[in-house]
Amino acid sequence: MHQQSNIDKGCNILKQAYIKGVGNTPFGRLEGRNTLDLMAHAANAALTSAGLVRAEIDGVLCGYATTLPHLMLANLFCERFSLRPQYAHGMAAGGATGAAMLMLARELVQSGRCRNVLVVAGENRLSGQTRDSSIQTLAQVGHADFEVPNGASVPAYYGLMASRYMHEAGVTNEDLAEFAVLMRNNARRHPDSHLTQEITVADVLASKPIAEPLRLLDCCPISDGAMALIVSSEPNAGVRVKMVGAGQAHFHQHLTALQDVMNTGAGAAAKLAFREAGLTTRDIDYLGVYDSFTITLLMLLEEIGFAARGQAAQRVRQGDFSQHGVLPLNTHGGLLSFGHCGVAGGMAHTVEAYRQFTGQAGARQVKTPTHAYIHADGGVMSSHVSLILSREG
Amino acid sequence: MTTNQSVRTSLAQPYLEGLTEHVLRYQQCTACARAQTLAHDACQFCGAETLVWHTSTGLGHVHAVTVVGRAPSDAFRALAPYTLAVVTLEEGARLMGHASPGVQIGDAVTATFFKHLDQTLVRFEPLG
Repeated sequence: MHQQSNIDKGCNILKQAYIKGVGNTPFGRLEGRNTLDLMAHAANAALTSAGLVRAEIDGVLCGYATTLPHLMLANLFCERFSLRPQYAHGMAAGGATGAAMLMLARELVQSGRCRNVLVVAGENRLSGQTRDSSIQTLAQVGHADFEVPNGASVPAYYGLMASRYMHEAGVTNEDLAEFAVLMRNNARRHPDSHLTQEITVADVLASKPIAEPLRLLDCCPISDGAMALIVSSEPNAGVRVKMVGAGQAHFHQHLTALQDVMNTGAGAAAKLAFREAGLTTRDIDYLGVYDSFTITLLMLLEEIGFAARGQAAQRVRQGDFSQHGVLPLNTHGGLLSFGHCGVAGGMAHTVEAYRQFTGQAGARQVKTPTHAYIHADGGVMSSHVSLILSREG
Repeated sequence: MTTNQSVRTSLAQPYLEGLTEHVLRYQQCTACARAQTLAHDACQFCGAETLVWHTSTGLGHVHAVTVVGRAPSDAFRALAPYTLAVVTLEEGARLMGHASPGVQIGDAVTATFFKHLDQTLVRFEPLG
């Protein structure tokens, strides 16, 4: 297939970049551990997974934490964790930060600037602040003059977007609910998931209205947790997980400025990634797609082209996105059920893809993927990052 | 209010002042004549840097609508559940505001104004 032609894809002078190891904390309420504690736990696990020692890490990228808004989070973390990289800084692109850090880590490795880049984020978003405080902080992603003064919240921005998309694409509340149930079923197979109580479509439809058409079970939880990955020029022995394509798109920041719900930037970012990888959506056999709300996941799948407009839920009902379907999706349970602690929540999709490639997914293991597509968005479909991973060996 | 006044941009000052005078103001590009959504330094369509503020009729159609059941702050807790809408004004700009309960996408609406705590906010009401 396309695998062979990819081996020497890209410019000869560029090095290849591989995901070499991953680590995580459980997600949920992790009382008594702060942001740096959580980051350190995940980073330690990633070092062990990659078979690297601290001195071999020469690049560090850290995702922002709302409970620790530090000017130099990467330095703060490196000092404590005893790393002395040649390249380090924090990053912020909302929910797309994790994927954006992985994209940059790849470029740092490809250019030869770094050999082993630690990408890490964590946050005690649930236990480190009140729920009201978290909701208020997140609502500031809205426009300070035109949106926030109305008493709009993040679910309200997504509720508004959902109403328009459902109107244009013919999507129902039942369609959205299918994704909540799928993510919950997946999370029930992961020992580190935040939410594991079984739910049905009827439960989703009967849950408390948050920002109609979105109900409580259409929304991800607020969690504590951390994730870390190491991007390296030297793959591990055995299965190699190569980063073969990446793309971004940034069309707007605020929901009001989203001109067309059918063209948010997700498709544009994906197109760049697929072009670089020399692949198409038909080559993909594993999906890790951002799912802050059910509508987020449905819209991304349809805009990128993994389902026709208005048809993504039908693919869920057919079992296509299930563990043993043709296109397994977020087998860890996604933000909707594995949990969401900010940047790390959006990194979990890639951590899970790595585990699926390398046969480390336990009860969640799918038929070993060949090509995985990863997508993350920040804001209200505002910042988009697409990644494509391919298996070698 | 929970909104931090210090993060407010001066760019939208004509809009904010308009609210207190019960008019909706929007920017329009002098080069391509298109109305701007939110406030910009340059035209979001052609990039021209000469944008001028105009006053809208306040008439428009509902583009998107939600009912907020869970308010993000104490300041809005008492109002919940409340309806928010994004309206496409007839001049072409889009604007978020409160709306009468039950409005649907596509409904023709007109802007009214109400005071909540220390701020004047927009409420879109059905025409006729």
